[in-house]
Amino acid sequence: MAYFWTIVVLVAALAVAWRFLGSYMAAVFDGRVHWLGWLERPLYRALGTGPDHEQTWKRYAGALLVFSAVSVFATYLVLRLQGSLPLNPQHLGAVSPALAWNTAVSFVTNTNWQNYGGETTLSYLSQMTLVVQQFVTPAVGIAVAIALVRGLSRRSSQTVGNFWVDVTRCLLYILLPIAFVAGLVLVGQGAVQTLAGPATIHDPLNGVTQVIARGPIAFMEAIKQLGTNGGGFLNANAATTFENPTGFTNLLLIFLLLVIPFSLTYTFGKMIGSRRQGAAVLAVMAIIFGTWVGFTSYAEHQANPAVAAAGLAHQPTGNMEGKEVRFGDTSSALFNVASTQTSTGSVNSSADSFTPMGGFGMLTGMMLGEVSPGGDGSGLYTILLFAIIAVFIGGLMIGRTPEYLGKKIQAREVKLAGLGVLVMPIAVLVLTGLAVSLQAGRAGPANVGPHGFTEILYAITSQGNNNGSAFAGLNGNTAFYNVIGGIDMLIGRFAIMVPVLALAGALAAKAVVPESLGTFRTDKPMFVGLTIGAILIVGGLTFFPAVSLGPIVEQLSHGRFF
Amino acid sequence: MRVKVIWSAVRMVLLAVVVLGLGYNLLMVGIGEGLMPGRANGSLINHHGQVIGSKLIGQQFSSPRFFEGRPSATTPPYNAASSAASNYGPTNPALLKEIRTNLAQVLKENPGVKASQVPPDLVESSASGLDPDISPAAAYLQVPRVARVNHLPVSEVRALVASHVSGRFLGLYGAAHVNVLELNLALLKAVGQ
Repeated sequence: MAYFWTIVVLVAALAVAWRFLGSYMAAVFDGRVHWLGWLERPLYRALGTGPDHEQTWKRYAGALLVFSAVSVFATYLVLRLQGSLPLNPQHLGAVSPALAWNTAVSFVTNTNWQNYGGETTLSYLSQMTLVVQQFVTPAVGIAVAIALVRGLSRRSSQTVGNFWVDVTRCLLYILLPIAFVAGLVLVGQGAVQTLAGPATIHDPLNGVTQVIARGPIAFMEAIKQLGTNGGGFLNANAATTFENPTGFTNLLLIFLLLVIPFSLTYTFGKMIGSRRQGAAVLAVMAIIFGTWVGFTSYAEHQANPAVAAAGLAHQPTGNMEGKEVRFGDTSSALFNVASTQTSTGSVNSSADSFTPMGGFGMLTGMMLGEVSPGGDGSGLYTILLFAIIAVFIGGLMIGRTPEYLGKKIQAREVKLAGLGVLVMPIAVLVLTGLAVSLQAGRAGPANVGPHGFTEILYAITSQGNNNGSAFAGLNGNTAFYNVIGGIDMLIGRFAIMVPVLALAGALAAKAVVPESLGTFRTDKPMFVGLTIGAILIVGGLTFFPAVSLGPIVEQLSHGRFF
Repeated sequence: MRVKVIWSAVRMVLLAVVVLGLGYNLLMVGIGEGLMPGRANGSLINHHGQVIGSKLIGQQFSSPRFFEGRPSATTPPYNAASSAASNYGPTNPALLKEIRTNLAQVLKENPGVKASQVPPDLVESSASGLDPDISPAAAYLQVPRVARVNHLPVSEVRALVASHVSGRFLGLYGAAHVNVLELNLALLKAVGQ
């Protein structure tokens, strides 16, 4: 019952944010928000740009790619040199080249896959460098989504906005203020924020001596969730009390990771001049998300069969292996589902120890392409690709050239949308095939049998979707997994962003055709159903054989299928 | 034009490092130190002038006179310098072995308790390996033993546990729990030490 009210509070908070944050974000990107103008204007001067410098999609994409490349390089350098740099109270040495490559790519692609334990590997300076990317990458994702929305709303335009201006505005007016307030609340609840090194304690009661890892954790925690990043300061991520101290912070963290991806649908509706269109996209996201939350929570509330076999018949708190008492089973499931479906990937419980169907819920949530609601920006632009696929399929059914928001969807647009939708499954399946066919790949999993296969599939799916959620049993810190993981993440980010920007450019150049009786309405339940269908068919058909070999076999092997 | 883009990118990265990496972080550290130093530094507990632990980090209690916490999968258990879960899959035989061993231990230490009464959090390891809490059921289960060893009335120990149950935050968020270290400190006080 309490879980029911938790959901009610969460939905109510998200609904308020959807309306007001969504509208505010539209104002930010339309250049109608100026309360930090004193900081904004000097930044433009330093960057040699300004709101009037409109860019074509090619310039926009070029700036994005160059900026990301410089970011990877800078992050890589700091990780390699951390031993000789300040803010390193534990005197940790340089990160190995393969791991530094994987980690730099991971944070620049908003993935936050972590092949390392934070408190034992990275200096405070390295962690702070990663936080920079945790701020910047959601801003880049949102900028791409906004460019696509401009493509849909502008008429016969050659330009889609200015990359530097969009990123700066997003950082200053959206991400920084929310993360600041959230960070303070987290510290108030007990999350740690200090530059003092680890604390050493001795307890005479039990003779225990502990070295307690600390650090600037709370400020990273806030942007880690808000920016749908997921990479925590500590190895056990948001399961630790220092990152996520109470039941309340648990709900706050869930809210933070959902708020921008959901609210962007309102921003979209507002910028194209029809809130109903935004609501239709929101409905697609919410229906898929709600279904997955229900399914996974139910699965995690069941007793683990292994526990039942040990004679523990009475299990009011469900499967507790790899879970924390203060969260309980259902709230742990809610956190992990929210985190896998927003491309965040942070965990408050051990995904590896979820029941087979609980793990299935998280894995398949990512396989749908991170659209429910998906990452900051990436959720919106990916679901708009599916929307274009959906109107295309609808157009084929009635034999009429499809339109979306008054723009004719022609061969070029369908090709670009198809490319953006199919790149991820291709990368994930090819690389998983490679991993299971090579000794270096098969050496990774900690568990055997179908669960071991699931660990490999989960890792590559997570990186290909820029999620970063880990079925932590896989030992990913090997040259093999570090290198292919890096390639996987780059494809999952930029091989989708570039087609999206090309699409934005193609759509912006088009004129708007007037609506007629034959126009397929994209603000009606029919469109919502068709888009959900497109998402489930693409995700389901491409991944079903692989999933069958993992969690489905594992569930059936218990001889029990709920 | 291309060179100009690279310089813009370099400047953007540098600005981001200064404003977001250093500025924002140091501001947060400063506010934390100024307004809530105890929490910002890890909620450390001072007992008779000695820092004996953190309220938020579990410790291993293995003496029968104290309430015991959850099994921990870190090496060694409750290693606060390196948080970790067991990562045992649900069908891993190692999980079954872990639960059987822990269950046998709990039953041996708490005579009269039936296996079906043992809540899972007492025999299954936590997500961080540092869980400071146990469920109320796991605390009540240990009351007869703790009372006997410490020569205290069962009713008094039971009341002590009851006063340490933290309910859901605002009745909504998370699950009811008992902080093991705080409970044991209160127990010591009740014994008169």
